[in-house]
Amino acid sequence: MLEAADVSFAYNGLAVLRDVSVHVPSQAIVGILGPNGSGKTTLLRLLAGTLAPGAGSVRLAGAEVRHIPRRELARRIAVVPQETHLAFDFTVLEVVLMGRYPHLSAFQVEGPADVTIARDALAATGTAALEGRSFASLSGGEKQRVIIASALAQLRTSPNVAFDEFRVLLLDEPTTSLDLAYQLEIASILRRLHDSGPLAIVITTHDLNFAASVADSIVLLRDGRVHASGPMLDVLTADAVETVFGVRADVRFHDRAGHLNVIPLARVQ
Amino acid sequence: MAGAPAGSEARLSALVSVRRRQIVALGLGGSALATAVLLAPLVGSTSISLGRVFDSTVPFADNLDAQIFFIARLPRVLSASLVGAALAASGVVFQALLRNPLADPFTLGISSGAALGVILTLTFGLSLGLAGVPAVSMASFAGSAGAVAIVYSLATVRRRGLSSNVLLLAGVTLNAFFSALILFVQYLSDFAETFRTVRWLMGNLDVASYTPIVVAAPLVGLAFFAFAWLPRALNLLTFGAESAATRGIDVLRIERLAFFSASLATGASVALGGPVGFVGIIVPHFVRLLAGTDHRVVLPASALVGGAFLIICDLGARTLLAPQELPVGIITAVLGGPFFLWLLVTKR
Repeated sequence: MLEAADVSFAYNGLAVLRDVSVHVPSQAIVGILGPNGSGKTTLLRLLAGTLAPGAGSVRLAGAEVRHIPRRELARRIAVVPQETHLAFDFTVLEVVLMGRYPHLSAFQVEGPADVTIARDALAATGTAALEGRSFASLSGGEKQRVIIASALAQLRTSPNVAFDEFRVLLLDEPTTSLDLAYQLEIASILRRLHDSGPLAIVITTHDLNFAASVADSIVLLRDGRVHASGPMLDVLTADAVETVFGVRADVRFHDRAGHLNVIPLARVQ
Repeated sequence: MAGAPAGSEARLSALVSVRRRQIVALGLGGSALATAVLLAPLVGSTSISLGRVFDSTVPFADNLDAQIFFIARLPRVLSASLVGAALAASGVVFQALLRNPLADPFTLGISSGAALGVILTLTFGLSLGLAGVPAVSMASFAGSAGAVAIVYSLATVRRRGLSSNVLLLAGVTLNAFFSALILFVQYLSDFAETFRTVRWLMGNLDVASYTPIVVAAPLVGLAFFAFAWLPRALNLLTFGAESAATRGIDVLRIERLAFFSASLATGASVALGGPVGFVGIIVPHFVRLLAGTDHRVVLPASALVGGAFLIICDLGARTLLAPQELPVGIITAVLGGPFFLWLLVTKR
């Protein structure tokens, strides 16, 4: 499991996170929710090990993340950024094969096993037909899925087993720039991945309904502190939405959608 | 590759086996370079033939063709290949590091920094060498490293990397700044000295002996040795520094290695041939058109093609207005200027 314990972080003396604790068990989808500027992305960076906490610790299966060598960490935690812009254009298959970097030695090139893993990852995200396309020519939703495929290829050890031990996929605002159809598509991909093995998925988002549709549990962040955390049904309440987002909302379980639904009503003065 | 499904384009099957693309690209680039090195010295005011050059029945002392080939013309051709290879490869590295297709030693002002170092050393007659490396080469490297440090700190202060606009303005500013310092140094020196430096500043490969090549080759070789570790990391840096880090790259280490080695290659080539412009832009873009984007192919292929390219440009410089010899920098600038503008309009 991945765990942040009482982490604090400041940018240039400005506290962004204070005493935040997050628990990410195996085979869970955890949503990190909060308004803009609440520290969601910083928390994700701490979990990814690209930032080191000023206080507290982030541990992966008991070991401090910042002490795990980069390549080893990359084989166990993969990150999907909010948006990916490539300075130079690559084909889709090349982009996914780049996920294999932490598995190859300095002058080794990708072999047939790596290509199989890359193609499996493309298939898992419904992008197999795109493998020969140039990445720059894809739509936003297609790019997002290809980057998820690249992250999956990064986490796989061999083509034969999906995930042989605990792996973490971190996604930063995965649906911000996507239209409705792609949002549903990403949600269903994440649910399927969740069912496929010991993979934990962490998502930051301010889209409450998207979070409600995929996450099992959530962490509500407000001004860099945890307002509440726990199972979705317990934590995502009208009161919590009002306190954290400053919006009065109707929160009810939607039977046909199969998850909570948040309908914002008015801004609280 | 057997696993590639039919109908998904020829490019794809080539894409899967990086090794095979490396072999093809290096084979073609290598043959182009070898052909240029062998044939370019045959052209000049006196025509010579390759058969007579390598005619082993005539002793070297009596073989005029061989003397012209090996003594008069080959040093210049080898200098061109070394400078071209160093500048083209440095261009690839700077473009990947700064995530910008318009970056190259010349546009970033790095060549001017190196030129300032060279001119300071020449004018003030500093001749302190260190470990066999002459002062000119060290000053050239120091100048390019200083300019790189400025560009690098600009790039890291603005954490998202440099936009084309900022980068180009920074390059223009650095070029103007270093040029002003160079003019100042010239103002202090005598007329004959000034004439020589102006010629040299145009990018001049008028190398008449093997000595400068023997000095530059190990430095360029050291830089290329460092380049060998970069290509896969450069591929991942295309995604940005933070993404590269989450994919297992030690970004800081790679950036330092890349900046150091590209400065070294630029410094050595400027010490040898002056600030020849645009090679690091033209050649990598040409190679990418043919070979895709993978730096494992693009970086070594650009070095080879860069060598051949500058030999051909220098051949033009020697012959276009014969018996007048043009500085090669004029040829590359005449080709590179419009190409650069075209890139500026189409790529961003």
